[in-house]
Amino acid sequence: MVTASWYLILAAGLFTIGAVGLLVRRNPLIMFMCVELMLNAVNLTFITFGRELGDIGGQVSVFFVLVVAAAEVVVGLAIVVAINRRRPQATADDLSVLRG
Amino acid sequence: METAVFIVCAAIVLAGALGVVLARNPVHAALSLVGTLFGMAVLFLNLEAHFLAAVQIIVYAGAIVVLFLFVIMLLGVDRLEDLSVEPITGQRVLAAIVGLGTFGLAVAFLVTSDIGLPGQEALTGPITDQYQYSNLRQIADVLFTKYVYAFEATAALLTISVVGAVVMSRRIARADQAQEAPESQEAAGDD
Repeated sequence: MVTASWYLILAAGLFTIGAVGLLVRRNPLIMFMCVELMLNAVNLTFITFGRELGDIGGQVSVFFVLVVAAAEVVVGLAIVVAINRRRPQATADDLSVLRG
Repeated sequence: METAVFIVCAAIVLAGALGVVLARNPVHAALSLVGTLFGMAVLFLNLEAHFLAAVQIIVYAGAIVVLFLFVIMLLGVDRLEDLSVEPITGQRVLAAIVGLGTFGLAVAFLVTSDIGLPGQEALTGPITDQYQYSNLRQIADVLFTKYVYAFEATAALLTISVVGAVVMSRRIARADQAQEAPESQEAAGDD
């Protein structure tokens, strides 16, 4: 039978993969995708704990995380587009100054 | 049945996540991300979170990944990235140490705490309140009463992010470009 800790271990593994990807990859778009992976891992944790504790608040938290993730992707991709207009094919290593 | 669904979906989720990290082509990474998000939605169904499973498909797989793919195509960065070289020496070793540390600490927390260890009773049934409402109605019940200010704040957040995206992706004015003409020469192929 599947207990809550199976879901939590899966979420920990997914978070780890996302964190390592964020640290290793250079492409800003891939780094954003890794952030999405980490957010999803936390969402799974929220829902698992919410069900374990019988509290709907976990699912409401995930709803807010989804909204914040959507806003984050919109702003982040706008920054990527703006930077690419100034410096095409820039990787995260090239972007050491904020003025782009 | 729940166990079988969990194992299949966990495999899909982890394979998709590894695909995101290891793919050399950003388009392949985005498609792997769709696999991860889809497996995650089925896991949400497994956990009786029906509304969030639907939202996961619509918002993440439907909107966010499409936005990613749109930006990849728009910028033309669908070239292969050489993953064999390590730009900063020792970076991958350190990243692996950080990853193993994160995972180890999370599992250690699970083992030492008393929440849902393997072998304890399985999760059974959906969350119920005193009215026996459905999942969607339970969420709406607290979202529009207890968390209504946070809900309104998300509306402001989304508006601000849309305005910010429009401002940042706007073209710079002509006077600004004349000033930065020497810089645009070194950035070959600009605009």
